[in-house]
Amino acid sequence: MALLSVKDLTVKFAMREQSVTALDGISFDLAKGERLGIVGESGAGKSITGFSLMKLISKPGFIDRGQIQFDGRDIAKMDEPALRDIRGNHMAMIFQDPMVTLNPVLTIGEQMVETLRAHRKLSLEEAEQIAIVKLREVYIPSPEERLRQYPHELSGGMRQRIIIAIALLLEPKLIIADEPTTALDVTIQADIMDLMLELCQTNKVSLILITHDLGVVNQMTERTLVMYAGRIIESGRTREIINDPQHPYTQGLINALPQQTLPGQPLKQIPGSMPSLTNIPTGCAFHPRCAYATSRCKTEIPRTLRFGAVEVACHEVERLKAGQGKAGTGQPAANGNASANGDTSAYDEASTYDEASANGSGS
Amino acid sequence: MQTETRQPLLKISGLEKRFELDKGFLETLKFRKGRIVSERREVHAVNGVSLEAERGEALCIVGESGCGKSTVARLVAGLLDPSAGQIHYGGQRIDNLGRQALAPIRKKMQMIFQNPYASLNPRMTIQQALEEPVRFHQPHLSKSEMKDKVAEVMRSVGVDPSWRFRYPHEFSGGQRQRIAIARSLTVDPEFVIADEPISALDVSIQAQVLNLMLEAKAERGLTYMFITHDLSVVQHFGTRVAVLYLGSLCELADTATLFAAPKHPYTKALLSAVPQLSDERPNHIRLKGEIPTPINLPSGCPFQSRCAYATSRCSAERPEPILQADGSQVACHAVEEGRLD
Repeated sequence: MALLSVKDLTVKFAMREQSVTALDGISFDLAKGERLGIVGESGAGKSITGFSLMKLISKPGFIDRGQIQFDGRDIAKMDEPALRDIRGNHMAMIFQDPMVTLNPVLTIGEQMVETLRAHRKLSLEEAEQIAIVKLREVYIPSPEERLRQYPHELSGGMRQRIIIAIALLLEPKLIIADEPTTALDVTIQADIMDLMLELCQTNKVSLILITHDLGVVNQMTERTLVMYAGRIIESGRTREIINDPQHPYTQGLINALPQQTLPGQPLKQIPGSMPSLTNIPTGCAFHPRCAYATSRCKTEIPRTLRFGAVEVACHEVERLKAGQGKAGTGQPAANGNASANGDTSAYDEASTYDEASANGSGS
Repeated sequence: MQTETRQPLLKISGLEKRFELDKGFLETLKFRKGRIVSERREVHAVNGVSLEAERGEALCIVGESGCGKSTVARLVAGLLDPSAGQIHYGGQRIDNLGRQALAPIRKKMQMIFQNPYASLNPRMTIQQALEEPVRFHQPHLSKSEMKDKVAEVMRSVGVDPSWRFRYPHEFSGGQRQRIAIARSLTVDPEFVIADEPISALDVSIQAQVLNLMLEAKAERGLTYMFITHDLSVVQHFGTRVAVLYLGSLCELADTATLFAAPKHPYTKALLSAVPQLSDERPNHIRLKGEIPTPINLPSGCPFQSRCAYATSRCSAERPEPILQADGSQVACHAVEEGRLD
């Protein structure tokens, strides 16, 4: 059974006139010990996804509909006392900037002991012992001394290690890491990534890694979700998504990287930019930037189709697949009649709850 | 290697910059061994960097935070005064010039900054922002000439000239950075210093801005000094790369040479740490510890505290950049002694 199962999660922000949809029917599963990456550009909704998994969406934002099944309980329906038991205890979060996450007027020890004693009945000495063990796990030299130090006395990499140690204090089942290495230098980033990978593997902790960096996702995760304008547009095994992306946006994102082009040659850019949430295009949100967009893409939101282990939300994906195999001459596949086609890429509709909930809940 | 015929566009020699940490007299007072003494602490941001940039090249300066790469850019642009060393531009020494004398050189030398949200005045329309440098550097131009100039530059960076009466907040981050680039191009510079120009942008927008900079280079014959921490961008954009560590030059080489055969232990570690799209398992060289503070620099090689090959010579003697067989310069005793191969 999946540790976390998100179904049709929709998050809105109430504004003066209308409400803005930040997440639009997100669904995914996460198995125990699995490492999942969420990639996308700013404004894609990846951080909102992370926050809503812990129900940390505050006013004017709210969870409009959907379920977040975690260990058999629906987080979306929980009240504050129940959430307090989940947060930190069963799920922990790591943020981008360690200096903002740590309290500058408390020592490292005070912050770690505080977290432990908020959830467990422990004496001060016991809590400190646990804190020292955890600091050692993240390779902090002389942890006994660190407990007496303040955050400003430590370097950026050291602070992020301490954040990871705090996240691991209560042995959570899931860690949500929102751009954990973005503020760090490359050599430090590589160390922190190695550390997180090692800790997830040895402790069997599930990880949701939110990042804009495809290289980081490639090295850290087994499965990846690609987000665009509040929707998941492609998901599947990380290797496959990077080696053989299906959605035109994912393809564009990977092809835009400087590594994908010979030095000095123009990069393959995606025209335009991510739409703002107040002004999401109709139909497929990516259609104004997409080279393959048709009139259907402008009006109809694409459903998620499954191709083997990969799920893609694109009307034109079949035509693109056919075009790849037959050197340019793209044969438009008969819509809805995949069986009539001799193609091996059998697809079935992955999202059925999409329509069901749209009809059912009329709030 | 110094020949009289060749004249680099930019020549930096022995450049140093120290920032005083204790501003007032009272701050310098320290209590040491029962006595009050006056002690000045300094941040050694740049320590004896020598570089040259040829006409038409894209010289990249890479390094991690605190390595002094932005300080080098600001020193060259004349935004900071060096503590020691010289900067020559087109054969003329510029680091000791006053504001008046520097103005004609500033016209040839423009700078692009990292944050397009901070580098455009929110209360000026795009037209005003783009006209300002022209009005300052080419006051003889008429109003209509100025308008044409602005429209031409806006078109060349892919921003519709009919948007010239809009304010910066009406544009997205990528558009703003293109406008900032347009602003640097309005005075027809020959040398552009770009300090992390794409770091604040999304991947798809980064490609747009990098393409624009490459186009401008080809069309206008620009010379770039490109400051970045992103090595994949360097590999794509740069013709030569200078790797800085703690304010000192570690390695200077042609881009292809540096990526094919990095020599300095720090360059090797840096290259191995970049997350890749290709191979399954990363195999990066772990460096021990972290970058030491640039206050109280260690004697000898700045990298010795994290280097796996450091010897007693490394802690005593500061390595100078030495020319290698393939034309690169490497400041490392271990490379000089052939201990790394």
